[in-house]
Amino acid sequence: MDIFETIVAKAAGITSASPLKGALTLRSDILELTENSHEASLRPIQPGGLAHAERAGLACRMAKQNDEASLARHYERLFSVGSQVIANTGFDGGDDARLKAIIRHTDLITTNPKEATAEDIAALRAAGLDDADIVRLSELIAFVSYQVRVVAGLRLMAEVA
Amino acid sequence: MSEPLKDFTTVVPFWQPRVTPVELANATDEQLEAMKVTVSNTKIGEYTLVLALDPETLQQRTPLFNGIMYGRGGLSRAETELGAVAASVVNRCIYCAAVHANRYNELTKTETVIGSIFGSTESAAEETKLDPRTAALMDFATKLSQCPPEATKADVEQLIENGLSMGEVLDLVLSASLFGWANRLMHVLGDPLPQD
Repeated sequence: MDIFETIVAKAAGITSASPLKGALTLRSDILELTENSHEASLRPIQPGGLAHAERAGLACRMAKQNDEASLARHYERLFSVGSQVIANTGFDGGDDARLKAIIRHTDLITTNPKEATAEDIAALRAAGLDDADIVRLSELIAFVSYQVRVVAGLRLMAEVA
Repeated sequence: MSEPLKDFTTVVPFWQPRVTPVELANATDEQLEAMKVTVSNTKIGEYTLVLALDPETLQQRTPLFNGIMYGRGGLSRAETELGAVAASVVNRCIYCAAVHANRYNELTKTETVIGSIFGSTESAAEETKLDPRTAALMDFATKLSQCPPEATKADVEQLIENGLSMGEVLDLVLSASLFGWANRLMHVLGDPLPQD
């Protein structure tokens, strides 16, 4: 894997000509595992009750909530039917109770995880998610939250290097 | 049943899942592989058994976690733990904060730094008397952990001025970011309870 072709390096604008090349190369294993985690979170072989289209839409929404425009554009490229409306941060799920619960939870854990309580998990269950889907959704939210911070950090490093 | 802990502590709590973990006896081959279960290793924690409900992400996450927290060279083990603590304080993950504050204390043989950090939850670096390097590390990791991230170029420059190499800055970015991930699992999928 070319670490300068990974999503985080490209989103942060870091190329193999960057003064950060040495530092990133020392952590090439981490960058590769980050890329693999992106695949497992966004395009898993077994998506369970969380379709790839929903995942891309939610990831784009989370990137926007983190003011991470480069990653938001990346996730737009993964869109398929249904992604676009979910990525609209003004959309709350409308009449779809399941989607509404997923979006509410995603927004809460992305922007203010300290407020999460047992009731939030109960609300996902009440909307029809089983425990495996609750973990899948949690991993997706958690991964994107990691990814936006890696990109933000790399971009700041590139400004200083 | 005991009430979940609300305050930061360096005593590692018991983690009680809010979803039903995989039962080891019923685990699929993929789940066993993701949990790295071997004949000599059948004692698997509840947290891993919960994450095994999504084996594809767990499979990647475990080596990623270990690589960032225990990888060779770069930022010291103790300062890597500090990135984890900063994120866990922002996200109020009592369990993660306890585990990593505890490790930090063990590695540094002091309890004053964590005492200062836990004493003021919102702006630790400003209100306490951390040494300049530790304050710069905490400040950067705390700002990066906000949503949206609030760290600036000046914060990275502050790290460099305090003697960090770019490689060490990268390790701090990775550790704080990793706990943006870990906190959103640990704090969301379970409750920290006092150990009996």
